[in-house]
Amino acid sequence: MNPRVLLAVSARVLAQLRRDHRTLAMLLVVPCLLMSLLWWMFDGLPGGMFDRLGPALLAIFPFIIMFLVTSVTTLRERSSGTLERLLAMPMAKLDFLGGYALAFALVAAVQSALAVGLCVLVLDLDVVGPVWLLGVVAVADAVLGTALGLLVSAFARTEFQAVQFMPVVVIPQILLCGLFVPRDALPDVLGALSDVLPLSYAVDAMQELTRSSDTGAVWSDLAVVAGVALAGLALGAATLRRRTA
Amino acid sequence: MMNNTVDVRGLTVVRGGRTVLRDLSLGLAGGVTGLLGPSGCGKTTLMRCLVGVQRLQGGSVRVLGEEAGGPALRHRIGYVTQAASVYDDLTVAENLRFFARVLGVDPGRADTVLDQVDLADHRDRVVGRLSGGQRSRASLAVALLGSPDLLVLDEPTVGLDPVLRRDLWRLFHELADAGTAVLVSSHVMDEAERCDRLLLMREGAILADDTPDAIRQRTGSQDIETAFLRIVEEVAA
Repeated sequence: MNPRVLLAVSARVLAQLRRDHRTLAMLLVVPCLLMSLLWWMFDGLPGGMFDRLGPALLAIFPFIIMFLVTSVTTLRERSSGTLERLLAMPMAKLDFLGGYALAFALVAAVQSALAVGLCVLVLDLDVVGPVWLLGVVAVADAVLGTALGLLVSAFARTEFQAVQFMPVVVIPQILLCGLFVPRDALPDVLGALSDVLPLSYAVDAMQELTRSSDTGAVWSDLAVVAGVALAGLALGAATLRRRTA
Repeated sequence: MMNNTVDVRGLTVVRGGRTVLRDLSLGLAGGVTGLLGPSGCGKTTLMRCLVGVQRLQGGSVRVLGEEAGGPALRHRIGYVTQAASVYDDLTVAENLRFFARVLGVDPGRADTVLDQVDLADHRDRVVGRLSGGQRSRASLAVALLGSPDLLVLDEPTVGLDPVLRRDLWRLFHELADAGTAVLVSSHVMDEAERCDRLLLMREGAILADDTPDAIRQRTGSQDIETAFLRIVEEVAA
């Protein structure tokens, strides 16, 4: 690994995003609009549903968005030939993957600062734990999405296929993360499955932060999310081939 | 063996169930070598083998004394693919700055290579808005950044006007005179005359490997196109 190369990749990805005003605006604004929509849906209803669902969605949005953006961008890099050119240059595969992860983590940091800020300051989401920790969980989640997106893009030949990985990799995690049925109320088999899916831990961490000021459980959930993200990047490096058929 | 820049022995490559290269052997020294043949004959696959991004089914490819694709070679080879491998949404200068950082070369090299490919006037334009010829020159500029010892160029002159084509061939010879081995592929036979040495390729095999003059003389032809046809007929007979 070489930090110079990793930072060069990050700076380049960010420069590309900066040029693409529409993508940048959507990355930053859409999560805020969706959170506002959710708040509005439950505004007149009893039961504090926004407080129950909001934190989970703050974890889910960066995960989905970064997964999609990453898998499509890397595929574009593959089909344009720039990936092949980079792999023929003195560049470690982890520099490439790490560069992407760092760039999207920075975007996610801005994205979640906006979404969390909106939820807490304007939409009155109740947060008992430290608010900044919500942002940290969201960033870890975005890195997780990036890592899984990089990983699956190795198995997709076209952008169509890459997008089809979303229902395979992402939707089961959303169904089983505790958003619809509390995780301890799931049937045993699904509960066990939920326990091995990383998004469950991210959602747990977010929900814990809205309920309690004790951050011990949050940090251990966060460690699981970060660990899976790193494992995903390492696996992505292993599946990225310099030589292709 | 005198050809020490590239040494290919018994190379076999299968892509998508089709044998693209079969037991191919080849040596390359300095100068400008033209790899000529119809599209689909295996030129790109052979070039990918030299750069070390192609999976091989058999044989060995050694470049500058090392196994092709080895880490030490990645600083020493410049590779231009047929499609311009640059970022369409960045400017020419931003592309060069990025690749210069990856290669760890002085950012000032960007100005030198922009002059070499005659793109200095377009440095601040977004690559996606350039013409096809300008984009492929931007891609060539990236390959020149690292002052490579071997330059592998896959159809770099496609779609360029004659003046630019002449200038680029002049550049290839300047680079060769300065010690870089240059391998240029083309399916346009009239570019053959500009090479120091020619490899005529068809259906995954090298049919002829000599200077343009020697190839014409041996086949009694006026031009390389006719020579190519005669050689194909010889092989078929």
